Amino acid sequence: MIIDWTHFTPWTALIGGVVLGIASAAFILLNGRVLGISGILGGLLAPRRGDINWRVFFLAGLILAPVTLSWLIPGVVAAPRIEASNLAIVAAGLLVGLGTRYGSGCTSGHGVCGLSRLSPRSLVATMAFMASGFVTVYVIRHLI
Amino acid sequence: MTRVSEFFIGLLFGWGLLISGMTDPGKVLGFLDLAGAWDPSLAFVMGGAILIGVAGFAVAKKRTTSFLGSAMHLPTSRDIDRRLIIGSLMFGAGWGLAGFCPGPGLVTMGSGEPKAVLFVAAMIGGMALFEVLDRRERSLSIQPGRGQK
Repeated sequence: MIIDWTHFTPWTALIGGVVLGIASAAFILLNGRVLGISGILGGLLAPRRGDINWRVFFLAGLILAPVTLSWLIPGVVAAPRIEASNLAIVAAGLLVGLGTRYGSGCTSGHGVCGLSRLSPRSLVATMAFMASGFVTVYVIRHLI
Repeated sequence: MTRVSEFFIGLLFGWGLLISGMTDPGKVLGFLDLAGAWDPSLAFVMGGAILIGVAGFAVAKKRTTSFLGSAMHLPTSRDIDRRLIIGSLMFGAGWGLAGFCPGPGLVTMGSGEPKAVLFVAAMIGGMALFEVLDRRERSLSIQPGRGQK
């Protein structure tokens, strides 16, 4: 295994991770909700009375994050490197949307909150999507 | 008050994703590419988040209401079933294909990146497809004689 030292950013990764942990802990402690992005968004597609506003307010904050962070700390928001073609992006979006709803969670709900709750169900889900991600990237970058 | 908290926690989570570098698909794919030049950053992100999360959820599990007085909505399902595994495998394949998972997709859409807008539109399409398939599955399983072998 070769470590990519030029792109490896342990400190910002750790600090960013701690911020994600604080947000997840705050959401369950203040609002009584698990911070799982796919569940919060997906719940809007089968809307129930009284179960809509909290999702909208949370997602509004999430989407406004880049603009506000650029005001606070100019230059901190790096331009994303997106290699995938539009066709691959659409296929990826469909798989992520369908898969996270069938699997009841994504990197935030299972990966961060589920593992923090020490949930065996989330551990299995996290291992499954990580393994599948590793295999997919291996196939795309090294086999095709 | 709960609305303010929801909004600011969404904002904070988005900041965390941006600071950690996880809104950059190149960085995510650098982690998922074990056979190439490997960028371990994502593991540090998860580690930092879980470190705080474990403490937060340990307190949360002992409470019957949240600190703002709302009900606690902790997950109750413990099933490790086909849906969980097949769904997660599908999610991982999509994640590896573009380097976006739901949170970073939405945040990067907020930066005005056209490919992230396309990703989020397709993701919402996938979620809508789930609602249709799930409803059909449920309606079949409550008909007598069906789904109970």
